[in-house]
Amino acid sequence: MFSGFSLFPTQASTLAPEVDNLYLGIVAITAFFAVVVVIFVVYFAIKYRDDTGEKVGAPITGSMPLELGWSLIPFFISIGIFVWASVVFFHIVRAPDQTLDIYSTGKRWMWRFQHIDGQREINELHVPVGRPVRVVFTSEDVLHDLFIPAFRVKADAVPGRYSAIWFEPTQVGQYHIFCAEYCGTRHSGMIGTVYVMEQADYQAWLSGGGGLTGGTMLQQGEALFTQLACVTCHLPDGTGRGPSLVGVFGSTVTLDNGSTVTADESYLRESILTSQAKTVKGFEHIMPTFQGLINEDGVAALIEYIKSMQAGGNRVASAQ
Amino acid sequence: METTVVESPVNYINHKHTVASWLLTYDHKRIGILYLIVVSTAFFLGGIFAALIRLELTTPAGDLLSADVYNRMFTMHGVTMVFFVLVPAVPAVLGNFAMPLMIGAKDVAFPKLNLMSWYIFTIGFLFTVTSMILGGVDTGWTFYTPYSSQGSESNVLITGIGVFITGFSSILTGLNFMVTIHRMRAPGMTWFRLPLFIWALYATSLVMVLGTPVIAITLLMLVFERGLHLGIFDPRLGGDPVLFQHLFWFYSHPAVYIMILPPMGVISEVIACFSRKNVFGYSFVAFSSLAIAVFGFLVWAHHLFVAGISPYSALIFSFLSFAVAIPSAVKTFNWTATLYKGAIWWKTPMMFVFGFLGLFLIGGLTGLFLASLGLDIHLTDTYFVVAHFHYIMVGGAIMGYFAGLHFWWPKMTGRMYNDTMGKMAALLIFVGFNLTFGPQFILGYLGMPRRYHVYPPEFQVLNVLSSAGASILAVGYVLPLFYFLYSLKFGEKAGANPWKATGLEWTTQSPPLAENFPATPIVTEGAYAYSKREMKVA
Repeated sequence: MFSGFSLFPTQASTLAPEVDNLYLGIVAITAFFAVVVVIFVVYFAIKYRDDTGEKVGAPITGSMPLELGWSLIPFFISIGIFVWASVVFFHIVRAPDQTLDIYSTGKRWMWRFQHIDGQREINELHVPVGRPVRVVFTSEDVLHDLFIPAFRVKADAVPGRYSAIWFEPTQVGQYHIFCAEYCGTRHSGMIGTVYVMEQADYQAWLSGGGGLTGGTMLQQGEALFTQLACVTCHLPDGTGRGPSLVGVFGSTVTLDNGSTVTADESYLRESILTSQAKTVKGFEHIMPTFQGLINEDGVAALIEYIKSMQAGGNRVASAQ
Repeated sequence: METTVVESPVNYINHKHTVASWLLTYDHKRIGILYLIVVSTAFFLGGIFAALIRLELTTPAGDLLSADVYNRMFTMHGVTMVFFVLVPAVPAVLGNFAMPLMIGAKDVAFPKLNLMSWYIFTIGFLFTVTSMILGGVDTGWTFYTPYSSQGSESNVLITGIGVFITGFSSILTGLNFMVTIHRMRAPGMTWFRLPLFIWALYATSLVMVLGTPVIAITLLMLVFERGLHLGIFDPRLGGDPVLFQHLFWFYSHPAVYIMILPPMGVISEVIACFSRKNVFGYSFVAFSSLAIAVFGFLVWAHHLFVAGISPYSALIFSFLSFAVAIPSAVKTFNWTATLYKGAIWWKTPMMFVFGFLGLFLIGGLTGLFLASLGLDIHLTDTYFVVAHFHYIMVGGAIMGYFAGLHFWWPKMTGRMYNDTMGKMAALLIFVGFNLTFGPQFILGYLGMPRRYHVYPPEFQVLNVLSSAGASILAVGYVLPLFYFLYSLKFGEKAGANPWKATGLEWTTQSPPLAENFPATPIVTEGAYAYSKREMKVA
């Protein structure tokens, strides 16, 4: 019963100490106020105790300076906590530029992970230590939530859109992956393990070929791009019936209604699966939807392939 | 106020005896008792579900209940406690009974509507109980889509309709209370002479009338989505599952204030009575209720920080969540200051107030952790959240409800319960509560997700502590059932004003006459004129 018992979670990512400092800071501030109030309540309750019920208290109705003081001081302290917590928040939600990208899909009741090189794993995730990793994920059925307590990150997996978490592991070891959004019968069985490995061990694992099927994601994506006939409209020189996809990833796209959108994974995913949602300025809306024609792994592979289409053929962001 | 009350042997309880005279009554006091019976039934039903949950969680493996049964247990625990205990407990039981008495009215503005509200409430409850008998529901009390609309194979429709029906009871009660407070106050009962409980009920009624229609519409959408597959929440048909969460929390966060504002009002009454002085900063306490009611509508998306909302909108909702904490802090400071130089009478209701202050303090302060964006990412959907909202809803709301029940029980029944037993119950609940939910804060920070039927073995120690606490808590909650029932027959006669309290409800006999007062009272002083009274006595 006491095996592995602890009162504080392992710190295994660069974000963990930041979150923990914030936590301990708020613990200190709130504990101070709690103790002060409790001391006053207990002291007054004992000092002014009168069990006859016959006496009455002093005729004190209030005090404006006190009211202002105990409204404004907590307010300013709250603003302080708010700012601190928001800074940490943006560190959590904004991934750094050069990340190792991994795709994942949650479905009842398992997590499937897909590496760029083509490895797939279920309920296990192998990552190298000391390198920022970004997991881009969605759900095939109901809501799930990818939660790795040791890294202090989590985000909901929402069907129909991509979510992402990022972390930079700082400690080799094995850590829990939990599903944190209730998803039915075996919700509590939807757990897995992150294996944080030394860089060399990770390379060995990658080349070990565990679960390797059908080539890298890039190769799979390229095959799909031809097979689904994307290639016939999205000509690289921009003369096709669809816009050229060269360099589109990460760029700002202008739509036919004049608004703009950043072409991230979510945008590409939406354009593939529900192409009617947004149309690029200057093009007809003629693209069919691929909903039901392609699975989540295929979408992820296509996106990886589109990411690789850069002028001059160099890959950015998730370059290995 | 110190004149001796002429006791009539006839009162609202014994003037008619038939079952029909209860089931067809328009008397707000009798309707309050009817609510008390249904709410207490729901409370013990929800308690049984909680006991089974805690029993299952004493071991990491799922050995007592199957996964599906466990999921139904926490869902039905939540549904029962939220919609049939926490929302109605103080307004519908204590508010119905005491509010007209406190403002010097004969009844609420619309007595027939009031009875209808009880019937609607009870029918909604029966629907929900039916769904439980048919096998229950397993979506969690939050009914998140698309699990509730497509995934779940349980009785979502019947439960949804049950909760939908019950909502109308809230809306009508809120409407009734608002009109009553506006139109039925006794001569001289100005707004700033109103007891703070009435201010709290008024603020609550606002939230009920404005917020409840939204959950009703949302549940209706869910019923249509599930029954007809409209596609409102289904991404494959162009819908958005997160839309449900926005709509759901647009009501359900303000609903937290429906649950906590009335108990806060109770605390003001009880603390004034047993400190024998006026509430410190009356107008600040009164207006903080209104501020909470208004700002409570602007914080719903803090439940969605990991659901994929824009980080910039998260910033705004985080800020507003901090802001809404301030009025609650102001109340707590004012209550504490009320004790200063009081003449504090250690009676059972006051013990529940002390319990409330301790638990609400922890509940409120841990809310700041969750309002903090960078921290909420780690804490949300873990046991930290479970502990936090139980501290607010059980530690705060139920403690306040018990304070009020023990405060007005002599007025409701004309009998005194055993004070020592009452204090013991308060102590057991306080200790048991902290032992149950204190360890869950640590569990949450360690990363144990909520709604887990099985869990990794390293979490067992804290779960065992929690379950041990729950058994103490259970004793604390069952105890009042015995001494309250015992008091009905064997309790000492209470007399009109056993607590020597100010307030119009204490100027009439206990139990009150069917028409409340022999003659319409005329109010000449503020709500808590204890010091004036001493001058008169002396």
